[in-house]
Amino acid sequence: MAKAKQSRYLVVYIGIFLVFLYAPALLLPIFSFNDSTIVAFPLSGFTFAWFIEVFKTEPLLTAALNSLLVAVITSVFATIFGIFAARASTRYQFPGKRGIMGLIMVPMVLPEIIIGVSLLVIILQLGFNLSLTTIILGHILLCLPFCTAILSAGFQGLDKSFEEASQDLGRSRLETFWYITLPLVMPAIISSLLISFTISLDEFIIAFFLSGTEATLPVYIWGQLRFPTRIPIILALGTVLLLVSLTLLIIAEYFRRIGARKTGTEVKGGLF
Amino acid sequence: MNFSFIQKIRGESGLILVSPPFFYALLLLAFPLMGVFALSFWTQDYLELNRDFTLDNYREAWTGAIYQALMLRSLKISILVTLLTVVLAFPVAYYISFHVSPKKKPLWIFLITIPFWTSYLIRIFLWKVILGFNGVINGSLIGIGLIDEPLKFLLFNQGAIVVTLSHAWIPFAILPIYVALEKIDRSLLEASEDLGDGPVRRFMRVTLPLAMPGIIAATLIVFIPTIGDYVTPKLVGGPNGLLIANMIEVQFKKANNAPLGAALALSAMFVVSTIAMVFLWFNRKYLKQGQ
Repeated sequence: MAKAKQSRYLVVYIGIFLVFLYAPALLLPIFSFNDSTIVAFPLSGFTFAWFIEVFKTEPLLTAALNSLLVAVITSVFATIFGIFAARASTRYQFPGKRGIMGLIMVPMVLPEIIIGVSLLVIILQLGFNLSLTTIILGHILLCLPFCTAILSAGFQGLDKSFEEASQDLGRSRLETFWYITLPLVMPAIISSLLISFTISLDEFIIAFFLSGTEATLPVYIWGQLRFPTRIPIILALGTVLLLVSLTLLIIAEYFRRIGARKTGTEVKGGLF
Repeated sequence: MNFSFIQKIRGESGLILVSPPFFYALLLLAFPLMGVFALSFWTQDYLELNRDFTLDNYREAWTGAIYQALMLRSLKISILVTLLTVVLAFPVAYYISFHVSPKKKPLWIFLITIPFWTSYLIRIFLWKVILGFNGVINGSLIGIGLIDEPLKFLLFNQGAIVVTLSHAWIPFAILPIYVALEKIDRSLLEASEDLGDGPVRRFMRVTLPLAMPGIIAATLIVFIPTIGDYVTPKLVGGPNGLLIANMIEVQFKKANNAPLGAALALSAMFVVSTIAMVFLWFNRKYLKQGQ
């Protein structure tokens, strides 16, 4: 009896918690279809106008393209670096391993403002200009630990005997890596690409410090939040972004599960 | 003999393999951090940097009334956010780990993260909409006749910052606690019950101590980055809600006093790391158990 009562309290709490959790995400689509520039209840009517406006606003589209470019380049480089780090940490013992891996993983727990500030100082001191390139440099640093963690899990799940069999049958180490290892960890590579892409796309604090004249999407959004009349367009943009990242995440999860099946490990909670 | 030779080769290939990401982190993280460290001992002479060694920036950062006030306020808010987030997160993690069927667990974890896959800035702005003068809460309360006038204490204060930041960080607290709860051997719970523990005693003596590594991880994951956030205080904090990170940003950008900004940033990092270390030291027995 007491147990049933307890779990009922827990279920009530979970219900209230989910309302708290989803409140902003549910308001987002509601207000982005609302036919008024004032973001408040009562709603005044249904409209697609803000979504059309999103695709007609030139600076917004430019910022979106910039963000896309930054996110693609970031995810490719962070994943390549991540493959090196994950492979080294799962397969090899080497001097200073803890320190080296620690340095690579540290941006995960460092406040982003510290990363932004320190890169800003060094870039300006060396006389370089702020541009999309400097944002990319910061984002690779930020994404590298996440990529390394995902890829390490991928390499760890790998059965060593596949590689040994390939080498016994006369393949060189490089050939083995290319023909055996890479295809087997491909799902982890794809998750790593998608996760770093998503992180970079939404990153504001580092981008704000390191952006020059060209804005990324979050930097553009930050500028627009000051103008009340622009808010509904930004909310419509938020709805679009939510749909895009959800799609990407579902794809990432799909590939992760395929990977887990390939390497013979159990399909667990994993990334989410 | 032969064995150590192989190990040496393996060690070298490991080093070669790790060197691209290592040098990247060295060049773009360790080296810039040293730059900030050096900068914090210099002074800004209008456009030029005066490279004479001085402790003035630290003196100002640690004794200036405004900086002290901002640092204390930031700490207070970070601690409140961390407490609220972990307390809100624990029952959720517990529910998913103990009450959801194993097949549905990944779906629940996914459910927890969905609201966070839209723009961070837009999410914070939406809290402004929820808490605001004409906002969702006030509108609903007036609508059902509970209040006649909008409540003003909801937005533009430190409470609003705490709620907004807790919401932003809650999945990062749920996940490590959930992982720790999943690791608990269920037979231990049965054993405690068989030995006569009631649900409360069982929770206090078995579940909670074994969940501590997850709670500790959650605490640090929320506490450390929260100190660096300057977006939330600016959007929902109001005039008395600015934090140390806002001051750091001002020094680096508008005020053009990067050396003071560097000293403030490093001081904040120092304070946060010290608190984290003390926290870890107090909880060391739980972490040893885990290994």
